[in-house]
Amino acid sequence: MSVQTQEAPVAAPIRKSRRSIFLRRPFFTIALVVALGYVLGALFAPYVAPYDPVAQDINAMMKPPSLAHLLGTDSYGQDILSRVIYGARYALIIGIFSVLIGAAGGLVIGLAAGLSGGWLEWALMRLIDSILALPSLILAVAFIAILGQGVDKVVIAVGLSMIGPFSRTVRADVMQVRVQLFVEAATLMSIPYLKVIWRHILPNVIFPLAVQVTIRISEAILVSSSLSFLGIGVTPPTPDWGLMIAEGRAFVSFAAWMSAMPGFALALLLIALSIVGDGIREEFDPKLRRGA
Amino acid sequence: MLLQALGKIAQTLVVLFIVSVASFGLLKLAPGDPIQIMLGSEFSQESYDSLTAELGLDRPFLVQYGDWALRFVSGDWGTSYVARTDIFTYAFKEALPVTLTLASFSLAFAILIGVPLGVLSAVKKDTAFDAGAAVLALTGTAFPSFLLGILLIWFFAVKLGLFPVMGYVSPWQDFWTGIYHIILPGLTLSTYFIAMITRLTRATLIEVMEQPYIAAARARGEPAWRVIWVHGVRNIAMPLVTILGLQLGTLLQGTVLTETVFNLPGIGQMLTSAVLGREYMVVQAGVMMTATLFIGVNLLVDLSYPVLDPRLRARK
Repeated sequence: MSVQTQEAPVAAPIRKSRRSIFLRRPFFTIALVVALGYVLGALFAPYVAPYDPVAQDINAMMKPPSLAHLLGTDSYGQDILSRVIYGARYALIIGIFSVLIGAAGGLVIGLAAGLSGGWLEWALMRLIDSILALPSLILAVAFIAILGQGVDKVVIAVGLSMIGPFSRTVRADVMQVRVQLFVEAATLMSIPYLKVIWRHILPNVIFPLAVQVTIRISEAILVSSSLSFLGIGVTPPTPDWGLMIAEGRAFVSFAAWMSAMPGFALALLLIALSIVGDGIREEFDPKLRRGA
Repeated sequence: MLLQALGKIAQTLVVLFIVSVASFGLLKLAPGDPIQIMLGSEFSQESYDSLTAELGLDRPFLVQYGDWALRFVSGDWGTSYVARTDIFTYAFKEALPVTLTLASFSLAFAILIGVPLGVLSAVKKDTAFDAGAAVLALTGTAFPSFLLGILLIWFFAVKLGLFPVMGYVSPWQDFWTGIYHIILPGLTLSTYFIAMITRLTRATLIEVMEQPYIAAARARGEPAWRVIWVHGVRNIAMPLVTILGLQLGTLLQGTVLTETVFNLPGIGQMLTSAVLGREYMVVQAGVMMTATLFIGVNLLVDLSYPVLDPRLRARK
């Protein structure tokens, strides 16, 4: 590896009278507002939802969208709008917590792989390769096979399946940070190794990790709703979008709204999150910050 | 170069080994005692012990693993209790071809649609066409494929009656009927990849078009189509192959969902029904096949760089 001769980056990024990110990136702003709308809807679901999400009504089964049921009802007579609103809770809770599990696991493995050397590093790298050898959904399916079904199981399964990508990015960041001059200086000052990691390496790894976390929430939501769609994730009658889409699939020929409504709720959130993620990545990832 | 290739292959084998140990461990970690399940509700300790010994479950983990790995490699994958068939026949000869057919058709769709779309976006950079393609690409990468599949069924199969709602006919047996059945699932699965290839092609081609050799080709008076499609597109092959190799996992997990939407008897359906039926040996077979496929393709991608890019061939 060549010795780094370039000047150390200036501590604070130079902001030469740049306009606010919200003005420069109108799509980002709109997407962020949409995503925040979902968060608010999820937080205040009991106040926003017109019906109980699991209340069944035999007199209103499979009704198309109307004034009484804005998004229609499903085959049990449950109000789809209320289920969609409560569904945001499950989607966001599962998405956020599973990403946190993945990030925590990735941080530990990635730090260990990046800081250790020799055979341990080699072994950890092969371990990461092996986790990455399975697509996250397949890995989550395998974990579900062991754990069983349910919201908590889905969170764990999806979280574990995301450790691979997180450890890879953490390791890459650690590799970059540990050759920096300030780490060398700290080591030369005979500061204890653990303290160097804590004070000098970790803070420089946490920020890119946080960016990754926000970007990958949409992936976690997609994988978890895919599990529910396959019928092996969250169990009925939980108002989960993936589950609702799967339930409506059988009735698609005459009650298409049953799948379409939760489906659009999921799609809109995923698109919004991916625009927000792209914006965050382009703003904060120096590798991508060119010509912007 | 040979040494480099051998190193890659060795590394791949190590990864495959870890994955196989893990998927063998899956069977051990799975809830439920297989002996108890086999013996039913009433049994004596003696019959329990003798069956345990007969199945070799009293031996050390590593010995059991070695035994299992040998049988796995020789195609002896056990019997599925639910489907009442040999798992190898079920997984490898029946489910895998369906998944591979679907995956390869989708990949073909994705390249045939994505590359031209990306090239056009790059050439017509900053026009309405480019903006439209960008919006479509963004929607395509974020849109859940299973929802898209249901919408396509609803529109093309139910409303218009153009395509069958579900079902699978192998295109290798009856080509046209097979194609007819695979268009909707293929389109469903490929949307993400069309979008991704469009974005990637556009971004790389814009960079390539600024290179001196493009200017040189233009200066030589070569026609515009030749400059773009021959000099330009040839140089985006490398990043394209890299990304497609890395995204193969996404393709495989997409097949799981698409198969469920369209009721195709592939690995995805096999895996899901196995998880629901608690058939861990089938889950294990599916996991092993997926991982082997993914690892194998990534090895091929790695090994293909020198073929695609003469600059990477080692010089003596």
